[in-house]
Amino acid sequence: MLAFIIRRIGQALLVLLAVGFVSFAMFKFMGDPLENLLGQEATLADRAELEERLGLNDPIPVQYMQYLARAMDGNFGVSYRVGLPVGEVILSRLPATLELAALSGFLAIFFGIIFGIYTAIRRDGFIAQTIMTTSLIGVSLPTFLIGVFLIWAFAVNLGWLPSFGRGQTASVFGVELAILTWSGFKSMILPAVTLGLYQMTLIMRLVRSEMLEVLRSDYIRFARARGLGDRAIHFGHALKNTLVPVITITGLQLGSIIAFAIITETVFQWPGVGLLFINAVNFVDIPVMSAYLLLVGAIFVTINLIVDLLYFVIDPRLQADRAGGGGH
Amino acid sequence: MADTQPKGAAPRPVFSGAVSPKSRLQRWADSDIWYSFKRSPVTIVATTVFFMLIAGALLAPLLSPYTPFDPGSLNLMNGFTEPMAANAFTGDYFLLGTDDQGRDVLSTILFGLRISLFVGITAVLFAMTLGITLGLIAGYIGGWLDGLIMRIADIQLTFPSIMVAMLLYGIGKGLIPPALRDEMAIWVLIVSIGLSEWVQFARTVRGATLVEREKEYVQAAHLIGLSKWSIMLRHILPNVAGPILVIATISLALAIIAEATLSFLGVGAPKTQPSLGTLINVGRQFILSGEWWILLFPSLTLLALALSVNLLGDWLRDVLNPKLR
Repeated sequence: MLAFIIRRIGQALLVLLAVGFVSFAMFKFMGDPLENLLGQEATLADRAELEERLGLNDPIPVQYMQYLARAMDGNFGVSYRVGLPVGEVILSRLPATLELAALSGFLAIFFGIIFGIYTAIRRDGFIAQTIMTTSLIGVSLPTFLIGVFLIWAFAVNLGWLPSFGRGQTASVFGVELAILTWSGFKSMILPAVTLGLYQMTLIMRLVRSEMLEVLRSDYIRFARARGLGDRAIHFGHALKNTLVPVITITGLQLGSIIAFAIITETVFQWPGVGLLFINAVNFVDIPVMSAYLLLVGAIFVTINLIVDLLYFVIDPRLQADRAGGGGH
Repeated sequence: MADTQPKGAAPRPVFSGAVSPKSRLQRWADSDIWYSFKRSPVTIVATTVFFMLIAGALLAPLLSPYTPFDPGSLNLMNGFTEPMAANAFTGDYFLLGTDDQGRDVLSTILFGLRISLFVGITAVLFAMTLGITLGLIAGYIGGWLDGLIMRIADIQLTFPSIMVAMLLYGIGKGLIPPALRDEMAIWVLIVSIGLSEWVQFARTVRGATLVEREKEYVQAAHLIGLSKWSIMLRHILPNVAGPILVIATISLALAIIAEATLSFLGVGAPKTQPSLGTLINVGRQFILSGEWWILLFPSLTLLALALSVNLLGDWLRDVLNPKLR
């Protein structure tokens, strides 16, 4: 058990180091930092001196270590576009993305599981069939089209919800959150639905197919033979085993919510890190791009790690296997 | 690819004595693939739509009623003409209306479809070539190369491919001089989408190669002294073609959507060479003022394209994957 956890954390660190290296390489090899720092009249001697002072003459591995050390302190350099330290800019944008991701993740999991169970139990019902057909279209629709059409329906035609921006925010422990104010919450509904819809259909289809599989298995038949009621079988016995793979996939999907937030945030002009990243790509703002890569890499690796460990905790069979295999 | 068809679809048992040699056409007509195709109306519709869209893209210069990217032929008075109505000032008729510049929406869609399909198909071909090569190397040669390739694949798989494509696009944009950026944008787009999707190909080919490598025909080929590359390309590759085809179709849908998404976000096809995504982005600016057709028709085209490719991919997967039957 312990060996597995340590090995898994080691792997995660390796991935993070690799991502960090890509991020460092972007920072280092694209664009000339000296060009940005030195003025027009700089002499070659100035240049050499600055090179020495910034440690640009050190071997690449040493520079990489220094880069990582600076990154740990949240020092990612200065944005070419807005002229502010990248760490500060990202930190000020992060709450917006996180609250949006949290709400849409919640919507996706909640409705995904409910619809999944429903369509599995009432397999041939009319409503279940309708949900399944709609979900097929939902999977094929690109996220940005969903967003645009939600704006068209609910903001332009019905006028119920705002079409862009974040509304008012309220401050909690110095963090600005939109979900706490009415106007902020209203602005959040459309982006959150857009972002969550795709993940919801995925979770729903997964829950449905897992549930159907489990309902066919022997132990469910025995439970029926014992005379247990539908409710006890579906929710007491079947659901538990359904959720094991669902947790893995859902966990991994949470990561992609952060990634797809880039699209949603652009459609709704939601001022999060995704919008920041797209603007950075547009302006070739390397420090912001490399910092974003590192941040998202860290988030993804952490999520994957937690999912793996959780999987291990949930499914006792795996523990037995690992213990038997001598921590292989 | 036609030679390898029987592998994926063993000829259905035919009662009329299988002694006489059959023409390729007959073999195809007897195959499982054709049988399953005939019995699936959804697939027939999807195929028809897909080929109509391809034809529309190929014949765009002939089919378009107007020349949307020739500034000389544009008339600003034609701007915002409603679909299926003549313009009030000039009397010109536009089936799907015009945008703010007086460009015919139907013509821009046909040309946009061209860009979308070109980028999508080229990107998938690129991803396929790269993925197959690396997959064969990893599976057949193995050793530290295998470890290296698969670790890179693992790391890349940690991130959603659309994000990888965005990042690569940003890097690509940074590497080419600003003056060439618009000109090169399409190629940067193709390379970034291609690089973001090679992993699926490589993993599948590697897995299949590991299985094929142990078979007798490969050992026989090795014994008669064929070179590694000859065995990989001429003997193993045709036998793993089925799964590759399935992944290629699914990747095509993904690549088309990725291209549309990037262009929609303004980091893909430039305004001078608009793809469907760019057109949707342009159309979005007019929904608040009521010109819905500039947005709706490109969106429907993209939807039809993505949906038909997806349905084709689903069908191919069911037919070529004997495990699911």
